[in-house]
Amino acid sequence: MMELDNLVWLIPVFPLIAFAVILLFTTRKRVLSHSIAIGSVVLSWLASMIVVVSAVLTPDFKSNPIHLEIPWFTTGDTPFVIGAQVDALGALGLFFVSWTVLMIFIYSTGYHNFGQPVGDKDQPGLPPQGAAYKEHGKTLLQPSVEPMYGRFFGIASLFAFAMFLLILADNLLTLYIGWEIMGLCSYLLIGFWYAKPSARDAAVKAFITTRLGDVFMLLGLAFLYARTGSLQYSVIFSHETLSSLTSQGTGIFGLNAAALAGLLLFIGVVGKSAQWPLHVWLPDAMEGPTPVSAMIHAATMVSAGVYLAIRIFPLISSGWETGAPLTTAMIVVSSIGAFTALFGSTIALTQRDVKRTLAYSTISQLGYMIAAVGIGAPLIAAFHLLTHAFFKALLFLDSGSVIHGMEHGQMHSGEHGDAQDMFRMGGLARKMPITFFTFFIGALALAGFPLLTAGFWSKDAILTSAYAVPGRIIFWVLVTAAFLTAFYSMRQITLVFLGKPRTDGAAHASESVKSMTIPLIFLAVFAVAIGWIGIPAAFPLIGGHVPDFLAEFLGISAEGEVHSNVPLLASVIVSLGGMLLGWLTYRSQKGTEKDAIAVIRPVYNFVQRGYDFDRLYNVLFVRPAKWVSEVFTAKWVDRVLIDGILHTVASGALALGSLFRKGVDVPVINGGADLTARGIQRSGAGIRHVQTGQVQQYMVMSIFVLVIAAALALVFIV
Amino acid sequence: MTWINDLPILTIMLAVPLLFAVAILCLPAGSKNAPRWLALAGGGFLFLLSTIVFFVFDKSTPGYQFVDTFNWLPALGISYRVGVDGISAPMVFLTGIVLLSGIVVSWKIEDRPREFFSYILFLGVSVAGVFSSLDVFQLFFFLEIAVFPKYLMIVMWGWPQKKEYGGMKLTLYLFLGSMLALAGILAVVSKAGINSFDITQLLGVKLDVGVQKLWFPFVFIGFAILGGLFPFYNWAPDGHVAAPTAVSMLLAGVEMKVGVFAALRLGIRLMPEGAKFWAPLIIVLATINIVYGAFLALVQKDFKYIIGFSSVSHMGFVLLGFASLNADGLLGAGMQMFSHGVMTALFFAIVGMVYDRTHTRDLEQLGGMSRKMPLAALGFIVAGLVSMGMPGFSGFVSEFPIFMGTWQAAPVAAIVAVIGVVITAAYILRTIGNVFFGAFPAEKLGEVSDIPWRDKVIVIGLSIILIAMGIFPSLIAPVIEQGTSSVLALLGGM
Amino acid sequence: MNWLIDNILLVVLFLPTLGALILLCLPGSKSRLLLWTALGISLIPLAFTVVMLLRFNYSAEGYQFMADYQWYAAIQSSLKLGVDGISLPMVLLTTLLTPLAVLASFKISQNLKAYLILFLLLETGSLGVFVSLDLLMFFVFWEVGLVPMYFLINQWGGENRNYASLKFILFTMTGSLGLLLATQLIGVVSGTYDLVQVVAKWNALDQPLFGIPIATVKTIAFWAFAIAFAVKVPIWPFHTWLPDAHTEAPTAGSMILAGVLLKLGAYGFLRFVLPFFPEQSAHFAGALAILATLAIVLGAFGAYGQKDFKRLVAYSSINHMGMVVLAIAAAAAAAGTPDAASAVNGSVLLMFSHGVAAAGMFFLVGVIYDQTHTRDLTRLGGFWQKTPVYGGILIFTSMAALGLPGLSGFVSEFLIVSGSLPVFTVLTAVAMLGLLFTGLYTLKAIRDVLHGPFNVEWAGHLNDISKRETAVMVPLMLFMIGLGIWPRLLLDIINAAVKHIF
Repeated sequence: MMELDNLVWLIPVFPLIAFAVILLFTTRKRVLSHSIAIGSVVLSWLASMIVVVSAVLTPDFKSNPIHLEIPWFTTGDTPFVIGAQVDALGALGLFFVSWTVLMIFIYSTGYHNFGQPVGDKDQPGLPPQGAAYKEHGKTLLQPSVEPMYGRFFGIASLFAFAMFLLILADNLLTLYIGWEIMGLCSYLLIGFWYAKPSARDAAVKAFITTRLGDVFMLLGLAFLYARTGSLQYSVIFSHETLSSLTSQGTGIFGLNAAALAGLLLFIGVVGKSAQWPLHVWLPDAMEGPTPVSAMIHAATMVSAGVYLAIRIFPLISSGWETGAPLTTAMIVVSSIGAFTALFGSTIALTQRDVKRTLAYSTISQLGYMIAAVGIGAPLIAAFHLLTHAFFKALLFLDSGSVIHGMEHGQMHSGEHGDAQDMFRMGGLARKMPITFFTFFIGALALAGFPLLTAGFWSKDAILTSAYAVPGRIIFWVLVTAAFLTAFYSMRQITLVFLGKPRTDGAAHASESVKSMTIPLIFLAVFAVAIGWIGIPAAFPLIGGHVPDFLAEFLGISAEGEVHSNVPLLASVIVSLGGMLLGWLTYRSQKGTEKDAIAVIRPVYNFVQRGYDFDRLYNVLFVRPAKWVSEVFTAKWVDRVLIDGILHTVASGALALGSLFRKGVDVPVINGGADLTARGIQRSGAGIRHVQTGQVQQYMVMSIFVLVIAAALALVFIV
Repeated sequence: MTWINDLPILTIMLAVPLLFAVAILCLPAGSKNAPRWLALAGGGFLFLLSTIVFFVFDKSTPGYQFVDTFNWLPALGISYRVGVDGISAPMVFLTGIVLLSGIVVSWKIEDRPREFFSYILFLGVSVAGVFSSLDVFQLFFFLEIAVFPKYLMIVMWGWPQKKEYGGMKLTLYLFLGSMLALAGILAVVSKAGINSFDITQLLGVKLDVGVQKLWFPFVFIGFAILGGLFPFYNWAPDGHVAAPTAVSMLLAGVEMKVGVFAALRLGIRLMPEGAKFWAPLIIVLATINIVYGAFLALVQKDFKYIIGFSSVSHMGFVLLGFASLNADGLLGAGMQMFSHGVMTALFFAIVGMVYDRTHTRDLEQLGGMSRKMPLAALGFIVAGLVSMGMPGFSGFVSEFPIFMGTWQAAPVAAIVAVIGVVITAAYILRTIGNVFFGAFPAEKLGEVSDIPWRDKVIVIGLSIILIAMGIFPSLIAPVIEQGTSSVLALLGGM
Repeated sequence: MNWLIDNILLVVLFLPTLGALILLCLPGSKSRLLLWTALGISLIPLAFTVVMLLRFNYSAEGYQFMADYQWYAAIQSSLKLGVDGISLPMVLLTTLLTPLAVLASFKISQNLKAYLILFLLLETGSLGVFVSLDLLMFFVFWEVGLVPMYFLINQWGGENRNYASLKFILFTMTGSLGLLLATQLIGVVSGTYDLVQVVAKWNALDQPLFGIPIATVKTIAFWAFAIAFAVKVPIWPFHTWLPDAHTEAPTAGSMILAGVLLKLGAYGFLRFVLPFFPEQSAHFAGALAILATLAIVLGAFGAYGQKDFKRLVAYSSINHMGMVVLAIAAAAAAAGTPDAASAVNGSVLLMFSHGVAAAGMFFLVGVIYDQTHTRDLTRLGGFWQKTPVYGGILIFTSMAALGLPGLSGFVSEFLIVSGSLPVFTVLTAVAMLGLLFTGLYTLKAIRDVLHGPFNVEWAGHLNDISKRETAVMVPLMLFMIGLGIWPRLLLDIINAAVKHIF
């Protein structure tokens, strides 16, 4: 299937070209910029669809995936290649990435107020302030277009390129390239409004936190390469390599080579997928424009982490068979995942900002996936990755639409205040029906509303496999988290859309433009339907009647064969119960201040501040780093110590010089000579002022010398 | 060019300028232009012939060339013999260069030009005489008569504060040195037992080792005093500072070479065994010269003293090269004698130019001269780089072989001596910085004019020589090798 | 034509000197004429370097374009020239950066003639180091390079230039004393300075020298070489001359200093230390690696600790050159293994890409400095909205320096890490801390210059990067991206040599 191979190449290339063209030539031209960008992702989407479909239609696809490579460079005699491959997991990734990216691109045109006038006070680096216009007498504001419209699409295209590259990579080095470029893009996009100090700092924070993980990941790559001499999936995940790695010890926590490599790479995942303890960057990353949040923090980048985790599952689970107790590495991974899931959901409970709630919810949902990988169900994780990508992207875009509506309302009513505070909203359902409807679906999916939504199926699958793990601690932790998830989802819906408007802004809010709402609808469809591809055969009643497409495509060795009903019941109960409770708590929300669950204020605030991890890290790492750099290294070591030594040596040389001069040259050598000299001078004192006299005296001297010479000569010779 | 070899070219080279010198003295007192033009002619003539000698010199044939003899006092075996080998030929050339430059830079001498220019010619001739003498007695003769013009010029045209003291000190040292050397050499000649002062014949004699060991120090140290050997260097700085520019140039540029040259010719060559015996001591002293001299230069405040002490340090390299008694060392010493001669002449010439315009040599007083006299600054930098031993300049290609020789003879000395290199860099850069760069203290120095074209010619000429030698060392190295090879033969083919 | 090909290295080497002589004859007042002449002349060696790259035989072993010219027969030293896969990229780097440095100097007003002449001489000096196959000639060019740089800093430098220039030259000269002595010793002992013969003879020695066991002598000589090169690279703790020199040097001077001169040291390690002292290198590789790691980590800390934009970039050079030396140490310790190969490949490639990136960074610092006359990061800020193009270029270049995949730095850093890790596991892991801080200081610079609210102090007098300045950056950026996407451009040549040597 030659032409298919070419298509695979083209998928990432389209956005790359778009990036180059936009940033080099068309930054100033809005229509051109977004046409090129959207055009490129449409093409990628088309190509991806063809590839995915043909993959699905290929019967023995699992055994022979699409694979192609070009030699990149050679060191010694070891070749490195840039390779692409589309296996089942790759196809899955390709599917959701191309869809979400396309939707987000279209949405962005509306979000950045394409078609609106240019704001009077707007300047690059700041969000548009709105353009003034007169309406019977009084000046009002209307949304104004983003000043750096073109640049946004440029960077976004680069981001898309990186994501596709990462999904298509057939080796860890290529993957790492996409991985890092994505890091750069997230930095640029989070700091898109760079003139806002908060955005600027959030961008730096995101880059550095993820880089911390990436550094270990690089180490892991190097380690893996050093041990196996290759980074090709086909090689490093091959049976013999794995078994040889597993047999090699590494003296570090008694891990075997495979597990160590796995964990090193996993640290990269922790950074990228915002798992505890490297989660701190993600909430702040909400400083970026909402499509960015959707793209980076829901659909693609954070998913990349999980994607890698799934890829390297063979390393993490080295020496483990299904049913056996988890290995050290797996325990680490699963506990981090489970803990993050719970941790994130508790914080999400307490957020007032509509986007921050979703951010923490993302952290928590990613925790689910990581946990799933950790407990040996990577493909279930992939399933949740797929569903989550859709419904979380949907939720983020919805929140953007809500904020837009609120801002519009505020501009219209002249009321000022945080347009993202859920407690200042309320009753938007009537103002923004499409947004409400789609948001509702997304939230249901997030809450895992039984049967209907995608979230249910994937989450249920995770719980099922967690239930199969001996001990079941992970299971109960995840169940609790699921309950909280359901609760805050409903809390969000209730506060934002139900009840009465609590501010003028909310009262005057209006539905967003088509270019924003249409993508919402598309995503909403997936948020429901995508789950149905993965209905396990063993599921009560409907199980088996619907083909478990995912299972056969991914080839899940159906762990759930003894499908216990406990997890099923658990997930149904917590989901419905949580949502009910959430609704009961907030349906009668009055005023914009008090939060019903703030029973114990200090605790509430503490949790709301994300358990103060920012402050903690500030004390533990940030300040020490500054001190070590500015004071210790730059001042003490370099200036005081090393330069001090240098200057001492230099002045030492000078001192030695003057010692020679004063101690030896002047007194001893000069002195000695002068004594003799004075004697002679005194002898010729009378006539010194007459030069000629001197001459005579001198001639006498030398003649005398010559005479002596002659005399001696005679004496000696004759 | 055989016809040149047939001419008694060295004799002409010495005689003609001598006549000019006498002629100048015969001019009416107070005449200004005639003396300088005559001196220029005489100096130019000497320069021209020395150039011919250097370039016509045949590297391939061993032994002395342009030999010209005339029996003078046969009874005593004293005769007039001139000739040059690979070591003295460059020295003669050097003399020509420095003498001519000296005359040119002193062009504007107002005070008794007649005497000045005639004395300087005397000086040049006598020095050239030393280099080309093949007769011990004659060599001494030239050595001694050189003292008059030197002394006179220092006390008559020297730096008022120091001229008496400096002149006298210099004279005494040189006197002492020549006495020592004379005593030694006479002893040697007598021991040789051939009724002749002819060096070529003396070389034929194998002297008893005991005699060599006894008398070598007399001859070598005696002459080395003229070369500024530690601890007898002390006349040099004061002498240089006291002397007028041209004399400083000749003193440091040529006179000091005369000392070491004679030490080589009459010391090492006549008494190779003695040389081998005493070499360690000389190596020690020479090493001290290098390092100690550099340190002294480092702490000087007086521009001219810095150069004075730097000469002490650099002559140490020459002595070190001799003392290593091997091919590389001797080659390096020969190169260094020439390189240092030109370099230090350039140094003193520029010091003079600065002093004549600012009437101070105090580093604190000076500054920013590169704006006023860019070319002089450039020349000084070139000379400075030479003395720093920077590659691409003559200093490097001279010092490097010396180090190679020293490694073979006394590795420790090489390691110690290298300290001198970096110290030199320190004081040279400091001097360049203080004198030529930075702000020009107009209020202190007032108006300062650029140097006249005459001086520019000299600065450029000398700089070109230094650079050319640095880039193409093989212009001169083979000549010197011709000279050193015979020495090595005497030393037993080391 | 044939003559040209036979003597191509001689031509490349001395064309700049010839150019300097030509400039010497031009009137000092006609600054445009001088600049364009200098630029034109400095482009010729670049062209010839490209010719060499095209005619380079990848499969042949040893040196190519060799030529031998009589120089100083008396001490058995001759001007022996030749390049291999390790030196040719360095030659390219030099011939590439010099024209750009000239182009970057169009704003120099005082004493332009001397300035340009010094740059051309500097090029000859640096090229000589890379193409000499004679130990003595190597030393000659090694030292010759110092002088022009000294005067460039001392004459066209900033406030504190006297201190900085003196520190630069004395530090380096003192460091080179050992090299001088060791060179003489080796020359004396092996009776020649010809690199190839020296390697053979010197390594064959087994008799005690001066009554000292040969091993000890070699150890001492090894350290003499190592320290000289360590000062030049510079490795911690010999690095403190670098920030001062950079801060005071004129922009173009910094470009060459960081781009070319720092490479001389690393090149010395590869070309001389490892071949001359295999045992000693292997034995002391650990010590070297520790210093290199300190350079990486403390260099990064130092960079992060700076308030001065240029000092920050200067420290970043220490940080990156530390990586190079770490790789060299690893290669020394594990000579003959694939690890060594990938380490050396990485180090040479990093030498090149750092040369390009660092030169670019210093130039970009200069672009801002020319307008604001301050490099104090706390006084800049928010420039991106006034200088969009500049901002993009700055981010691009910093990312290349940072080692972002897809740009030149990454492949080399990956090769270095994967080559060093098996050899110096702990040190490499520690070095990762440096890599993390590389991110910190790079972002700090971007953050303080481009991001945040615009500092109104500069309102009005801040223009975007000019055409000429862009013209300086474009070739550099092409190399950054070109090598990032297609490392084989150079890696094939480098690897060709590495396979034979290590």
